[in-house]
Parts: sequence; structure tokens; C-alpha cells
Amino acid sequence: MIPAPFDFVRASSVDDALAALAEHGDEAKLLAGGHSLLPLMKLRLATPAVLVDVGHLGELSYVEDGGDHAAIGALTRHRALETSDLLRREAPILPAAAATVGDPQVRHRGTLGGSLAHGDPASDLPAVALALRATMVVRGPQGEREVPADEFFRGFLETAVGPDEMLTEVRVPKVAGAGWAFEKFTRRSQDWAIVGVAAVHNGSTGVALVNMGPVPLRATAVQAALAAGATAADAAAVADEGMDPSADLHADADYRRHLARVLVRRALERAGA
Amino acid sequence: MHVSPTVNGTTQAHDVEPRLLLVHYLRDVVGLTATNVGCDTSSCGACTVLLDGESVKSCTVLAVQADGAEIVTVEALARDDELHPVQQAFRENHGLQCGYCTPGMVMAALSLLREHPDPTEEEVREGLEGNLCRCTGYHNIVKAVLAAAGMPGATGVRA
Amino acid sequence: MSILGNRVLRREDPKFLTTGGTYVDDLPIEGALWVTYVRSTMAHARLLGIDVSEARQAPGVVDVITGADVDLAPLAPFPFIPQTMAWPWLATETVRFVGEPIVAIVTEDRYQGEDAAELVFVDYEPLPAVIDPVEALQGDVVLFPEAGTNVATGQPAAGATDLFEGCEVVVRRRIVNQRVAPCPLEGRAAAAVWSDDGRLTMWSSSQSAHGTRDELVNRVGLDPETVRVIAPDVGGGFGAKVANYPEDLLVPWIARRVGRPVKWVESRSESMVGLGHGRGQVQDIEIGGTRDGRVLAYRLSVVQNAGAYPRIGSALPMMTRMMVDGVYSIPRVEFASTSVVTNMTPTVAYRGAGRPEATAAIERAIDLFAAEIGMGPADVRRRNFIPKDAFPYTTSVGTVYDSGDYDRALDLVLEAADYEALRKEQEQRRERGDVVQLGIGLCVYVEITAAGTNGEWGAVEVLPDGRIKVRTGVSPHGQGHVTSISMIAAERLGVAVDDVEVVYGDTDEVLKGVGTVASRSIQKGGVAVHRAAGEVLEQAKKVAADLLEANPDDMVFDPVGGRFHVAGTPALAKTWSDLAAAAPGGLTAAVDLEGGGPTFPFGAHVAVVEVDMETGKVWLRRLVAVDDAGRILNPMLAEGQVHGGLAQGVAQALFEEVRHDEDGNPVTTNLADYAFISAAELPSFETIHMETPTPVNELGAKGIGESGTIGATPAVQNAVVDALAHLGVRHVPMPATPQTVWRVIIEASAPATG
Repeated sequence: MIPAPFDFVRASSVDDALAALAEHGDEAKLLAGGHSLLPLMKLRLATPAVLVDVGHLGELSYVEDGGDHAAIGALTRHRALETSDLLRREAPILPAAAATVGDPQVRHRGTLGGSLAHGDPASDLPAVALALRATMVVRGPQGEREVPADEFFRGFLETAVGPDEMLTEVRVPKVAGAGWAFEKFTRRSQDWAIVGVAAVHNGSTGVALVNMGPVPLRATAVQAALAAGATAADAAAVADEGMDPSADLHADADYRRHLARVLVRRALERAGA
Repeated sequence: MHVSPTVNGTTQAHDVEPRLLLVHYLRDVVGLTATNVGCDTSSCGACTVLLDGESVKSCTVLAVQADGAEIVTVEALARDDELHPVQQAFRENHGLQCGYCTPGMVMAALSLLREHPDPTEEEVREGLEGNLCRCTGYHNIVKAVLAAAGMPGATGVRA
Repeated sequence: MSILGNRVLRREDPKFLTTGGTYVDDLPIEGALWVTYVRSTMAHARLLGIDVSEARQAPGVVDVITGADVDLAPLAPFPFIPQTMAWPWLATETVRFVGEPIVAIVTEDRYQGEDAAELVFVDYEPLPAVIDPVEALQGDVVLFPEAGTNVATGQPAAGATDLFEGCEVVVRRRIVNQRVAPCPLEGRAAAAVWSDDGRLTMWSSSQSAHGTRDELVNRVGLDPETVRVIAPDVGGGFGAKVANYPEDLLVPWIARRVGRPVKWVESRSESMVGLGHGRGQVQDIEIGGTRDGRVLAYRLSVVQNAGAYPRIGSALPMMTRMMVDGVYSIPRVEFASTSVVTNMTPTVAYRGAGRPEATAAIERAIDLFAAEIGMGPADVRRRNFIPKDAFPYTTSVGTVYDSGDYDRALDLVLEAADYEALRKEQEQRRERGDVVQLGIGLCVYVEITAAGTNGEWGAVEVLPDGRIKVRTGVSPHGQGHVTSISMIAAERLGVAVDDVEVVYGDTDEVLKGVGTVASRSIQKGGVAVHRAAGEVLEQAKKVAADLLEANPDDMVFDPVGGRFHVAGTPALAKTWSDLAAAAPGGLTAAVDLEGGGPTFPFGAHVAVVEVDMETGKVWLRRLVAVDDAGRILNPMLAEGQVHGGLAQGVAQALFEEVRHDEDGNPVTTNLADYAFISAAELPSFETIHMETPTPVNELGAKGIGESGTIGATPAVQNAVVDALAHLGVRHVPMPATPQTVWRVIIEASAPATG
């Protein structure tokens, strides 16, 4: 199981990477940690003609205090999220969720930006970004723009990042002291979530779901119910409303809907919503 | 494409295809065959090596991504006839049978101990979630890692 | 003073831990080409065309081989199976499972092989696929039209109509012992080199070098004198590497055709569909008895899924039959089986091979019976055990158990688990209506080891320097036989373990061999070496007597230091090197062990699970195991075997299943989708020592390789059922995945209708 041949560009900076994307267009893919892309390439389910390697760019690996938010470089690895004191204090759901991604080896390589920009509905961190109402910073030939998490995930493996753009930073509102929970339901520890729930209760409650549809999803019905004064249990009862979960090897759609209801209730209770 | 990683303390220099996986680079180009391939999907961890001090699955890293990096494989751990504490603990606790997962398992254990110098059994089990073994039922591997945690030099490597 | 019974550390380990083992892929073979197989992507189809023209032009391609090029007779099945169910080397007209090899591509390197494989275009005409073995029995879709049936073989029932006469209670249920993938961490691999003088050396990732040699002789038509097969380090086998496959046997043929050395190493994705699968039985169980717990009659009817080409898996119901009674004395027992072909990977032996299926059936049956009469599972078991004074015991089907004490095994395990406290805790959780409920499962098993493989060969030679060279026909791949076999020779000959060299897995070095299969290596291979060492000892005694000018009867062998002296004069002693130099033909003996028969290890397991009643998720919390394999040579190695077996047993109960969609496409073709169990899903095991020696061999040893698997699966499955028993649940299918358990809970909780 070997990737099909491709050309490799080792970008020396973000600008260099953007130039390479501009040159190669649709044929090129950014390579960060590679733990979403390379497995697909080895199975020859993805065959990009050009890989633009940005994984080593230190300029995008940081967790910084941005005042009302934590600013996280897109190439910050999961392990760095896990161990960031700033994040543990200001947005503890993110390091906690990062610690459940894949296995330690994956967390040593995989990056926050790579995970978000891949847009996989089965990934953990997109749901956390939604629950936290994070803002993505995307850079392209036209300069930099900010995209709220709710507008970032567009379709199956499709995000707001254009083919000539790059996700450079993720801004996570500081929510120190907020209630939170990340519920991840798997068969085996290293597996992708069958269903996952990220909940952050900070005055209002943000709830988002893993693997309940073709994109990472906000549980809008749950949030609306809570806003209208519903109990956690009652709000959780509508967790699957508006969702269209897929059926696969581990779960059919009915079971996913059921899990979403159970896990949302548990998450809300733990988050104190 | 030119790559020049440091492997077990020796600087390498080779021209490779961009798609060459790090594990095949180590095995077929550098000639270090201890690191094995057990799956195609980054699931089994048989190919685990240290890359800049942390465990990675070398089947999911391109050799070109490791340019300039420092790589350590299990071959670097023992000094002459003296086993590294983690190796010693695996031996004393019968933490290996067919040996195929062993090099990757030892490197994963080493990385785990660097992050959790005094782990609980649960931390060891969770920390080895990405390394599959079919022979041992993991019982003695877990025992070995817990035993290694108490040994001086358990987290060090020479390279 | 004996070294036997000690926890001697493995002599194998330093190499594995430092430079790694030398598996086939690690062999430095100068100029070796790489073989890549192109496999069927359809479960059942006629091949209308195979276009290899583009592949031939691809970079690095040396040869492209289709079935039309292979001048060998297809691989015939066992004689008792319709011979039309033969396996083509490379499919030419019909493909019968996803993964069946169609084309072999030979390239300069491995990456080129995968590239070229993408350029082979196969034109398929799809045929309906049959996946369900019970459906296959009906024969609407027939895999081999010439055979006219999907039935490969079977064992008919006696058909007693009065089997359950006198039973106050009869319970019937169909259960499935699902298909699992053996998953040795190293897949199949082979390499072949022909020398200028026409000799072949083949390296094969095999559990039997000699078996592979014989297959090359019988199937590829090679002259045995020209063939050398070496099993180098082998990364696990678990039964699936006992027999050979078209892909590995064809490697020497390809090497001869292209005139260069070749190597083939399968990927995991290939292995998941190419390496044989295990288990795969649909079991109809019927059990009857009295309300006070006596089982009077039991019937097991099996449909064995043999996969597309009947291999050893089709014959494994014979083993199931041999062990059908389990540990119970049941007056009337009946067994029937039918093995059918289906459009999936051939079924082969997998750790336990027919016996786990027997144990799973009877141990589920006993629990079903106990639940029906409202008696505790431990009590029903005790009520029906074969008593310990009944050995040797002949079962209903004529199997003769050598030795056992099932009561004691159960007592030990219940005590170690603190069974009463567990029951109390379970009761409390039920009363409180906890979300997480507790389940306690029992299994008491007996199994057969060294069945059907009577002999083994072993030789002992004293080297000039006094060290010992042992040759053995066993072919270890993780069991630690270098250590255990050297312990046997060292103990017998009074030398250090490190002074024994053990040679195995090489047909040039070892005259004969069966290999490491069927949990037989110590009781057969070990005994052969033990006897050969005894013969060497006798030879040496005579040589020593000559040297010391004494009567052989007056010679004393001092096992400490391995010296011979005349009684009363220990100062004048002769060492092994003295004697080796003095013996005219050297000191050497070979033993070709015959007879002895199988042995019957047994044990009792208690599994403790927690079940999340809202999600259906199951956690195994404890697994307490008594595994009695007779006298233990090296407890460390024996426990290691038990641990591995337990994990695989748990895996079948809770996680692993080879699955297909309705068109026969496998959907568990990698280790992300196939739920290979990891450390994070398991607790540490609690193993309890018990030794009941067998009278069958002088070491008192039974086999230990497969026991853990055999006992663990039903114990864990029974525990999951037990956790839900208060809802009226009597059965939960394997594997007990969260979704499966959740569905069982929902159905049991739903208000009864009709």
C-alpha cells in the first residue's frame, strides 16, 4: 500500500506555500501532519499530483494569548494542544478532546489546522471548534479573512478554505471556568468516534456533534431547547433532530441517533447546562 | 529528492522518490530492518520510531518529511551487550513472543515513559492503544512498561 | 535441582529487542524481484477478459503471469471433498471470493508492483454471491456447477428421534460462532532462490517448513532432493500459516520462470482477504434434562462455512465433534455437521480450530439450560461434571480424555474471583437500577491437543566442545521453543541452557518435522528431544566406561556439570567434550516419535463485565482463568501462551468479526475497520496455577497454546448475557458490539406483544 507518485514541494514559509498552491491549483494538496491525507493516499483513494509540505513551518506552531481568545497556529500538533497550559486554563475542552484523537503517535504528528481543514465529520476537533465558537483565520492571494466555525464546514470533506488558500490560525474564545464536556463513543480506544459530543456551557451553551451527518454539526435543536429553558434531559431528547447520520460498519442510523441523545444528555449534565 | 535525516546518530544523505515512506527508507535505503510494517492504515504501530524525540508511525510519514529530523529506531537503544532498560524490562517480563510488534512496541513504550514517567496501568494501556500485538494479550507488555518506569535511564537514548 | 518448572528467560529475546527478528521481508536476497498479486474485486464472477497489456509496459515490470501461463494442476482439496472444488493457482474462468489472485506481476521493486497492478484491467461478468452458509446449503447459487452442490463434506447425525425422551426441559437455540481473522502481525511472505546447480531455497512465513516442502513436492511437482525450505523468524501464525496458499507456493515457480530470485510479502489489506479466516459455524443447539439440573441429552448440529475453496476449515467440525460433550457426562449426545462453500475467503485453522466452537456451544447450552430451570450456572455445571475418578474417560463420541479434575478447576476459579461477592454486587446494582450493570460469566472447558498429528522428530548431538546441538521438527513462531527445548536437553544432559543450540525450521538441517500446530510442540517435539537426549546419555555412559575402564553399570552421571565418573571416584570424571572426542561415530541420537496420542488440557474461566445499559457498551473488567495443561516446563512461557489466548478469546466475544456486505464484498479489510483488540480494551488477567499431569507422556505435559482462547470466549459471552439476565435476556450474539447489545436491551425492554 504505497501512494501513487506525486511531486513534492517543501514550502519555506506560508507565502511560499500559497505561491505553490497558486501555481499548481487543484492538483495540489497541502500536507501538514499527513495523518488524514497519507492514509488515503496509501489506499490510493486520494491521488494529488503535488504535495505542498507545510508541516515543519514553525511560524504556524504556537498557542498564544490573544486577549479575549487563545490564538492557535494551524500547524500546532495535537500533543501541543494537550499540554498547553494556556488552553488547559482558558479552553480546557480543547486539550481534553485533543488527547482522545487517534493514538499518541497520531497526536505527535497530526495538527489542529490539518484536522479542521480536512473537514471530516468523524473527527473530534471540528465539533470542539463549533462548540467553542472558534474563528478560523484563512490566508490566500487576497490576504487574510476570518471565518466563524459555523460557516467553515461546507460539505463532506469540504471547508471554506479555497484551493489557493490556507488555514493559518484558529482563535478560540477564552472560557475559563465554563462547564464543558467532550463525550466520545468508540468501540476501541484508537477508533474514530461512532458519535461524539462537545458541549461548552458559558452562559449560553454550545453543543456540536461528531459523525452525525456529512459535516461536523452544531446541535441547533438542543441549543434552542436549552435557550427556551428545557432541562438537559429534555434538550437531549432532540439531539438528533435535523441530523442525517450515516450507517456504517459500527452503527446504523438509528443507533447513532440514540447515541446522540444519550451522549448529549450526559455531556449537558457534566457541563452543568 | 534529496533527504538528510539523522538516523540513530548518523547523518544520512540520499536521493529518494517523494512518495517513499519513512519506514521503507529506514528498511530498504538505510538498511535498518528491525522496524516492521504490520498494516496499511496507521493502526498497528509496528513501524513506530522516534522522530525528534516523539513516537510516530513511520508508515505514515514520508521520508522527505523527515529531512533534517532526528530519527531513532530500536537498533539504537542497546549499548554493546547491555540492553536499554525498556528492552530489559520487556525481556524480564516476557513482553514479547513472535517479536514482530516488538521494535515498534518498545519505541512506543519509550515515548510513553517520556511523557508519563510514572504511569498507572490505565495510562500504559491507553498509551499503547496504537500498538497492536497478537501474541501476548498485552498483559506482560503492560507489566514490562510499568517495570521499566522504575528503572534508571528508562527514558534516555544514546542517539 | 531440575531446571524444568523454572521461569527461564527467553534466549530468543535479545535479538528481537535489539536488531529485530529476521522475517522474510528482512532477508537480504541479492537481485530479488518483487511479486505483486492482482486480486478479484468481486465475490463471484465469470472472467470475460484480463487485459495486462498496459501493465506489461509499466516501469520495472519483468513479467506478468496469468492463470493461462501456470502449467500446474489446481490445488485439489482433501480426498473426501468433491475434487471439482479445486483451487486454481490464478483464476482463469471464475472468481469465487474477493481477494482471489488473478494475475502475478513481477517487478524490480515493490512500489513498481503496486503501480503496475493498477494497470491490469479485469472484465467481470458478475454472478450472484452466496455469503450465508445456511443459504448456501439450499444451493440456489452453486459455486462449482460441476459439483452440483455447495456441500463440501459432512458428518451425518444418527438421527435418534428419542434423544430427548425423559427430559422435563428442552432448550433449543441457533447461535453463530462468527468468522474471525487470525491476524498474525506479520502477514504471509515467501522468497525463492534457485541456485545454478538446480536447487531451490525457499523461505516461507510458515508454521511448518517441512509441510511447505511437501506441498512444493506434491503440488508444484518439485523433487524433494532439490528443495530446501526455511521458516525464518515468523511473525505469528495462529493456525492460519499451517497450510500453504497458492500465492506462496507459486513463488518458487515464478522464480524459476523469470530466472531470478523473487520475494513476495503481502500487505495487511491483502492479508485480510487472502490469509484464511477462522471459525464460521452456525450451530443449532438442543439441550434437555431434569428440573433439578441433570442434563440428559444434547444435540449439536453445525453448518460450517468453508469459504470458497474447501481447506482445513471444512474438516474442523471433526474436531468440534470430538469435543462435543465438553466437561460433562451426558447420557445421550448427538452431533451432525455439514460444511458448505460460500463466496468468501477459505476457512482455515485459527487458534483452537474446531474446539472453541464445541466449547462455545456446550457452554452456552449449559447456561441456557440453567436459566430455563432457574438454577445457578455453577451449580448446573457441578451437577454434570465428569467426576475426577472417571479418567481415562470415554465420551459419547468415543474421545478418551486422559486426566482431569473439573470440580477443582471450578472451585479454584470461583474462589479467586470471589464469586459470591460478585453476585452480591450484581444484585445491588440491579436493585438500584444502575446504568452500568455487572455480568459474571463462567466457562469450564476441556480441549484436545496434539490431535491427529502423532509424531515428531528430534535429534541430539554432542559437539566436540561439549556443547549440545538439538534438531527439532517443531517450527516455533513466538512460543519460545528455543528456550523450552534447550531446557529439556540441558536438564537431561547436565549442561547449561545456553550451551544448547536448537536448530529448527530448515528442511536441510532437520530430517523430518510436523511443525508447530495443534498445541503439540512440547508434548511431541519436547518428548522426542527428551528421548533422544536419553539415548545420547546411554551412549555416553558406555564411552565413559570404556575410557575409565569400568563396567557401564558402575558409571554415575552427575547432572550438575554433566560429568560421568565411576561410582565412588568423582574426581576422575569425563566431560561431554572428552566423550564426544572418544566416541567413534560421535554421540548422536535421533528419535522419530510415534504414538502417544493426544492430551486433554482443561480449565475454568470467570469473566466479569460491565454493561452500559443506555449505550450497550461492554467493558471486560476481570478475567480469572485456571488453565491446567499438565506439568509445566516454563511457567513464564506457559502464562504467555495463556495471556495471548485469552485476549484472542475476548476479542471474538466482544470485538472481532469478518463482515461482508450482501454482495459479498468484505468490509473489514484493514485494521481500522477490523476491530483487532488492543491493550486499552483489556484488563490484566488473573491466572491461577493448576497442574494435573498426563500419563500419556513422560514429561506429563499437555498443550497450552490454545486453551486460553477456548475458555475465554464463552466466559465473556456468558458474562454479557448474565449482565442482561434480569431483563429476561438469554442470549447475545457475538461479537457483543455496543449496537448489538443495545438492540438486545431494547428488545428485552419492549413491552411484550401478541
